[in-house]
Amino acid sequence: MPARFRLTEGGRIDRSKPISFTFNGKVYQGFEGDTLASALLANGVHLVGRSFKYHRPRGIMSAGAEEANALIQVGEGARTDPNLRATQIELVDGLKAASQNCWPSVEFDVSIVNNIASRLIPSGFYYKTFMWPASLWMTYEKIIRNAAGLGKAPEGPDPDSYDKTFAHCDVLVVGAGPTGLAAALSAGRSGARVILSEQDATLGGSLLSEPDLQIDGQPALEWVAAARAELEGLDNVRILTRTQTYGYFDHNFIGLMENLTDHLPQSAKPPKLPRHRLWKLRAKQVVIATGAIERPLVFSDNDRPGIMLASACRTYLNRFGVKPGSKAVVFTNNDGAYAAALDMHKAGIQIAAIVDLRAYAEGPLTEQARDAGLRILDGHAITATAGDKRVKAVQVTRLSDDGESAKAVGEHIECDLVAVSGGWNPTVHLHSQSRGKILFDETYACFVPGDSAQASTTAGACSGSFGLGACLSQGHDAGLAAAKAAGVKSRKKGSAPQAEDPNAPGGADRDFLPARWLWLVPGDKPLGHGGKHFVDVQNDVTAADLHLALREGYRSIEHVKRYTTTGMGTDQGKTSNVNAIAIVSQYFGCPIPDVGVTTFRPPYTPVTFGVFAGRDIGDLLDPARKTPMHALHEHAGATFEDVGQWKRPWYFPHEGEDMHQAVNREVRACRESLGVMDASTLGKIDIQGKDAAEFLNRVYTNAWLKLKVGACRYGLMLGENGMVMDDGVTSRLGENHFLMTTTSGNAAPVLAHLEEYLQTEWPELEVYLTSVTEQFATVSIAGPNARKLLAELTDDIDLSAEAFPFMTWRNGRVAGIPARVFRISFTGDLSYEINVPASYGAALWQAVMTTGEKYAITPYGTEAMHVLRAEKGFIIVGQDTDGSVTPIDLGMDWIVSKTKDFVGRRSLYRSDMDKPDRKQLVGLLTDAPDTVLPEGAQLVEKIESGPTMAMVGHVTSSYHSPNCERSIAMALIKGGRARMGQKLYSPQADGKVITCSVSDVVFYDKEGERTRG
Amino acid sequence: MLEIKCPYCGPRFETEFSYGGEAHIERPKDSENLSDEQWGEYVFMNSNTKGVFLERWVHTSGCRRWFNVARDTVSYQILAVYETGTKAPKLDLRKDV
Ligand SMILES: [Zn+2]
Repeated sequence: MPARFRLTEGGRIDRSKPISFTFNGKVYQGFEGDTLASALLANGVHLVGRSFKYHRPRGIMSAGAEEANALIQVGEGARTDPNLRATQIELVDGLKAASQNCWPSVEFDVSIVNNIASRLIPSGFYYKTFMWPASLWMTYEKIIRNAAGLGKAPEGPDPDSYDKTFAHCDVLVVGAGPTGLAAALSAGRSGARVILSEQDATLGGSLLSEPDLQIDGQPALEWVAAARAELEGLDNVRILTRTQTYGYFDHNFIGLMENLTDHLPQSAKPPKLPRHRLWKLRAKQVVIATGAIERPLVFSDNDRPGIMLASACRTYLNRFGVKPGSKAVVFTNNDGAYAAALDMHKAGIQIAAIVDLRAYAEGPLTEQARDAGLRILDGHAITATAGDKRVKAVQVTRLSDDGESAKAVGEHIECDLVAVSGGWNPTVHLHSQSRGKILFDETYACFVPGDSAQASTTAGACSGSFGLGACLSQGHDAGLAAAKAAGVKSRKKGSAPQAEDPNAPGGADRDFLPARWLWLVPGDKPLGHGGKHFVDVQNDVTAADLHLALREGYRSIEHVKRYTTTGMGTDQGKTSNVNAIAIVSQYFGCPIPDVGVTTFRPPYTPVTFGVFAGRDIGDLLDPARKTPMHALHEHAGATFEDVGQWKRPWYFPHEGEDMHQAVNREVRACRESLGVMDASTLGKIDIQGKDAAEFLNRVYTNAWLKLKVGACRYGLMLGENGMVMDDGVTSRLGENHFLMTTTSGNAAPVLAHLEEYLQTEWPELEVYLTSVTEQFATVSIAGPNARKLLAELTDDIDLSAEAFPFMTWRNGRVAGIPARVFRISFTGDLSYEINVPASYGAALWQAVMTTGEKYAITPYGTEAMHVLRAEKGFIIVGQDTDGSVTPIDLGMDWIVSKTKDFVGRRSLYRSDMDKPDRKQLVGLLTDAPDTVLPEGAQLVEKIESGPTMAMVGHVTSSYHSPNCERSIAMALIKGGRARMGQKLYSPQADGKVITCSVSDVVFYDKEGERTRG
Repeated sequence: MLEIKCPYCGPRFETEFSYGGEAHIERPKDSENLSDEQWGEYVFMNSNTKGVFLERWVHTSGCRRWFNVARDTVSYQILAVYETGTKAPKLDLRKDV
């Protein structure tokens, strides 16, 4: 059975395809082609939500993207979206929609008390509340958030998939109304690569709501169908429907969100198709043909369900075959709205009156209404409305000549629909986002696009040309011009489509004038004393709120906007901004352009978060880098930690061991017998060229020219500000060939740093840098038995201390694999780092493990490595340094050359560097040897009673050292080296205080005999 | 998002590049003779130009090469792209878009 308010014929819906859906749990029927809004109206449902602040009953006010009231929650559980506009939700079988912002139900809402108490919620409410004591705000905030809030977040991870794609085109046409279609046709015919984007499911734009217009001698929608067929036949044209062009960014970069499956029932969604797709489009030229949005009038209690835009009434009638009411009052300030009166009259809706703010109603449509015998009350205004969940009557009163006040007692007119028109606003959002200028047009009283800032044009209603004929010819010209500007040599031209309006004496080029601009319609009572003149219905901002803000001294429209929150809802004030600006200008008695226009920002309508994430979620969020031995570590039961993108073994627990026990065992093994670590993640940069040594000499603090082939050297790298940036060992492989190592997480920044100096400061140096991190696998063996093990694995390297001393490297075969063996040590024990081609990494690891069994070889992870190096006082850049630490602060003067220049050198001689209270790296020993200081803990000289104590530094590294049999820590302490032996205190969050004394930073084997032996 | 024409690879999205601050600032060769203030000027201070600014970019996710760009900091329009070590070309500053 068709719904009560559905016409038996007409409209672009398919009555043979009924669709069942629920709204607030109740089942309704609609048809294919409906939106949720049109289907609800067909069933007589006007009340769809409660307002944000006052919880007033609200209905559907528009038929498009500008909808500010009918915000709907669709779906449930993990698959739910809040804040969708009922006017843009395509009806789909099984759709579950619900009101939001109401409790317990939309019919009975507890928070309606806010409405009664509205004098307590003035403009700037939030700001004023913030000024109260913070403790109070916490209380209020909770209550406010519970009572209000827009919609619910999904309850689980999004089960749908989303995609992103890049695209390029010659001409992007935004909007497939008459203007956009004409532009796409002319640009497409000329051979340009065109993308035509349309937010609606179908093409036609405003033509979908027009019953009588003709284009090129055929009904407008037949012309649309022909245009679509032609465009689809062109290989160089792509049509994107259900696609919101949400943002216009720099250099003609455009963001579009394509909706691929929301209009399909769950069972019919192709499983591999993403739900939404983000188009990252670079267009050579953009034609903005986004049309215009009708403006409401600001009058007393203008927010009741059943009060809608006049053009929306026409859309519901003509496009959806729905009567938005039975008895209508049309309230207008212009001739254009009479089309709604005429259409509704024709469809059998009783027109109780046309209330016209103009002193004398005139114009081509007005005359038709007069001829049709409709009752026109010109020089009148609606000064009050009645009805709770639906408008049921209006008070119509004669205006004073100046329009500032209403005279005497008005007439009470019953109705269930008020069709409102306050003129039209070109949809200049994209033009404004592109930083194009916005001008005020006095004739149409609206903001229109001025000069473009980028390679774009506006055409049609969006540019302030409201007649269909003008739209078609402008669109045609804009498409041609854009194709030409994009460098396309036209194949053929064709002529602009011609429009006719058989019913209108003014022809198809009529606009909505004449009009009278009366921005604030007087009410029965003075402003702010009963009756609310809503400017922004979504954020519940009234004209009285604006006046209050102005009385409180706000002047800039941007400040007024933020203070009152007008235009700051999810609709971004599409229907409210111009009214707000005009009311401010009227208050000050200045012209509207002097008030200025607020900035339009992306997105035009809200965009799903999912499309920005796309496929980059879960495991695909960030690459995981694994060494060639990773599977072996997993098999050995390693626990991993992230180092940059690397997965590194953290420790290798035996059964029943906790981390502490495992790390202690690993650390001891390295000192007592033999440990093995996967060091493949160390950054490796291959440096070649005749100036390679000179280059190293400039980027490291120490000297490199005389390093012998076969030798290795530790280097410290600074930024030009003198602060430590990285460290590592670099080896001379040949006269003009070096291999640099960097810290694992820092390889890419170091390479970039080196490239920058090489290319921009020293282009005369012949040096080539190549990242070889992933070309080699590194197995590091450490401990007293390291040499014995290596001897069993190689027969072509002389391992004697004389032939292969500390800080040298040798070529040879290890376990039959070609290898470079570096005798370097980060543990402070006898240690070799064996580098082999990455593909041999696992084989080498296995050989080392098998051969090492007799030495109880123990794989160790990053934690044990950290303890081992801390026992020796070796720094980790990024842990013991933080970008504000110089080599001098670290006590590493020995590595800083006094005789050559290097990056950062001059900064070390700035007067600031001599300050005695610079933080210096020292060791800390706790009084209680078992207490381990937390890393990051602050240190003070004495404990004060209050919460503020002068801090002298902080702990950078702290561990239990099994070899020292106590805790050890490294710390950056003001003037630390002059404090040896001094007691310092570390107050903890739990109120306890850890007492410690300053020590040397080397805790174990101070002479370094173990390393060199 | 800017579109930057790498002199070696062609036009690419901004996300492939890294910014390198003001161009044509040479690292002082005689830093010893500079006062702290002069050296600090080199290390820490860049112009904050409103209008055409000569700046450095590197094609991080591409050819890894540095080059210079003349960009209008108000309109974000890129007026010229030129190689490191060469002078900025003469710019027609009246040119639109
Ligand atoms: Zn490149």
